[in-house]
Amino acid sequence: MKGGERKTGFFGRIGAVLSALRRFLDRRRLPIGFAALGILLIAFAILSLAVGKLPMHRVLDGLFNVNSPDRDIMINVRLVRIVSAILLGGALALSGFLLQTFFANPIAGPFILGISSGAKLMITITAALFFSRGGGNSIVQIVASFLGAMLSIGFVLAISNKVKRVSMLVICGVMIGYICSAVTEFLLQFIDESNIIKQHHWTQGGFGGIWWNQVIVIAAVVIPALVLTFLLSKPMGAYQLGETYAQNMGVNIRLFRIALILLSGILSACVTAFAGPISFVGVAVPHLMRRLFRTAKPIVMIPACALGGAVFCLACDLIARTALTTELSISSVTAIFGAPIVILVMIRRKKEDER
Amino acid sequence: MSGTYYISAEKMTVGYDGRPLIENINIGVRRGEILTLIGPNGSGKSTILKSIIRQLRLIAGTVVLDGRDMAKLKERDIAKKLAIVMTERIKGELMTCRDIVATGRYPYTGRLGLLAREDRRIVDAALETVHAKDFADRPFSAISDGQRQRILLARAIAQQPEIIVLDEPTSFLDVRHKLELLDILKSMVREKQVAIIVSLHELDLAEKISDRVVCVAEGRIDRCGTPEHIFTDEYIRTLYGIETGSFNALFGSAELPKTEGDPQVFVIGGGGSGIPAYRALQRADVPFAAGILPESDLDYPVANALAAELFSVPAFGLPTAAQTEAAAKRMMAIGRAVCTVSAFGETNAANRQLYDAAQAAGILVGIDALLKGVEP
Repeated sequence: MKGGERKTGFFGRIGAVLSALRRFLDRRRLPIGFAALGILLIAFAILSLAVGKLPMHRVLDGLFNVNSPDRDIMINVRLVRIVSAILLGGALALSGFLLQTFFANPIAGPFILGISSGAKLMITITAALFFSRGGGNSIVQIVASFLGAMLSIGFVLAISNKVKRVSMLVICGVMIGYICSAVTEFLLQFIDESNIIKQHHWTQGGFGGIWWNQVIVIAAVVIPALVLTFLLSKPMGAYQLGETYAQNMGVNIRLFRIALILLSGILSACVTAFAGPISFVGVAVPHLMRRLFRTAKPIVMIPACALGGAVFCLACDLIARTALTTELSISSVTAIFGAPIVILVMIRRKKEDER
Repeated sequence: MSGTYYISAEKMTVGYDGRPLIENINIGVRRGEILTLIGPNGSGKSTILKSIIRQLRLIAGTVVLDGRDMAKLKERDIAKKLAIVMTERIKGELMTCRDIVATGRYPYTGRLGLLAREDRRIVDAALETVHAKDFADRPFSAISDGQRQRILLARAIAQQPEIIVLDEPTSFLDVRHKLELLDILKSMVREKQVAIIVSLHELDLAEKISDRVVCVAEGRIDRCGTPEHIFTDEYIRTLYGIETGSFNALFGSAELPKTEGDPQVFVIGGGGSGIPAYRALQRADVPFAAGILPESDLDYPVANALAAELFSVPAFGLPTAAQTEAAAKRMMAIGRAVCTVSAFGETNAANRQLYDAAQAAGILVGIDALLKGVEP
């Protein structure tokens, strides 16, 4: 419906209202977008608290009555899981956005580039060395995961220096991921049985089984990383124009690239250390956020990805936990929603290249 | 040599991966001056520019910006003085043209890069300068190459630099936008005393806008000087190694090689009227004779480049009776003539004689009829 057209009749009037509404939404895309994400986050958090085997009155009792027999389930199982999903989901999406900025490629992400799998491999190796002797804690896990992530990124970078083609980079990343997974499977055979059960929980990936003291560690890593990333939004915006222009604008390219890689490595390492490799969130969420806010500006995208990743993972976790009688692995749910988005991005990109 | 130069390269050696391509470069530009780099493809113009803007590491030597070694300056300080328009394609994902121009404000904005009202005003003014107001809010990915180039220039202008380095900024532009872009550069230089280093392919444009020209060829700076000094037919021929055709420095125009052979037609020209006929004959591969032209005639350079046989007299001179006779004789021998001149006066009285003779002999043909007859 064109602006100058006279609106007559019932449908005309509805059309006029709709187009006015659309213009209104377009102008206030930023506040409305963030408000919508915030509402979704709260809604999914409430659903995640409420849905499950407990009837409603026991849910409420467990939440608000300190002496309730369901207190433990509500606080130490459900609430902790929600907080973990929010923090780690945000971290994952943000890590994906950083990698996409770094490689100037919208299909980059910690899982696709094999970074999550590299992190998992290192955790397994450390587990094989330390956990069987009763050692191992959150910090060791994060450090091992970070080293693994950096190793994978190192490989990917070495390859990206050789092949400039984006599709090749992704294929190599996927291969690195497979190699790491295979070696991990192999190593798992050598870890003694009681640990294998524990291992299996996060090898499949998921936000269950994280304790409050681990959540504190996660928050202590993710929140500062988020703030640091946000402070990098200005050079990141310059970098999106290409290295030459970024350098001319006054960005120290070397330092900036190192910072970008370290931050995305820390974020995805933290996720893998506690929730295992989770697929497609890192690619899909930044893409959805770009579509929602119609911008790629880091100053919008960084908070949007953090929030969007939290919503996405919370929703997927809810589905994973409640869709069937047994719990699904989180990756199988994120893949169902995330993979089609990745395919869409690739098709769109191909079209743009041909134009 | 830095003295009055705003930016200068001193004993600079440039190249890739530590392998020198051009050694010992000494060039500089003052404020309010345009320095143009010309030279054949692959001669290293871009390499020199990339080295000056620090995109490539210098192999030896220094670049001095406003009296200080650029290697020792902070990125942010350089960014406030030096802006670039390079050939690198930028994607500008989901960015409007205005967004792209606004990135020029980068060195002036705060930690988060938010634009103040003053920044917005400067961005608007820059868009105005390049006549891009009407497409300022369109996506950068949706505009034409010519418009993109203007937006990139606006971006450089918004950076409020004291020097702009441009690498072949006119490459994708049509003639109108080429002129517009160069005119903007010229006024930046005049009004804001900006220094400009630019590489150009179009020699005619280089000749028109440059204050000084640097010629890059075969791994060296071949020559450096004013356009008058550089743009001579002979030098441009050697610089570019032109073997087929010729180059006319005065017009800045290149001519294809002449069609050799026995002339099929005699063109009576002069005062610029002959040029279209010469070109038409050259395109149709018809060798022709031309005359009688003083060397000062507008037709002369083109006739000289394209005619198989040329009857000419010294600049501002008149043909002697013998010269006119010889030309007429040759015209009769060829047996066909085209006359492009529509007015005869004192200085081309000899050509009137030729015209009358051709008319009398009935060998005068129209150029269109002639070409139709020639074409298979």
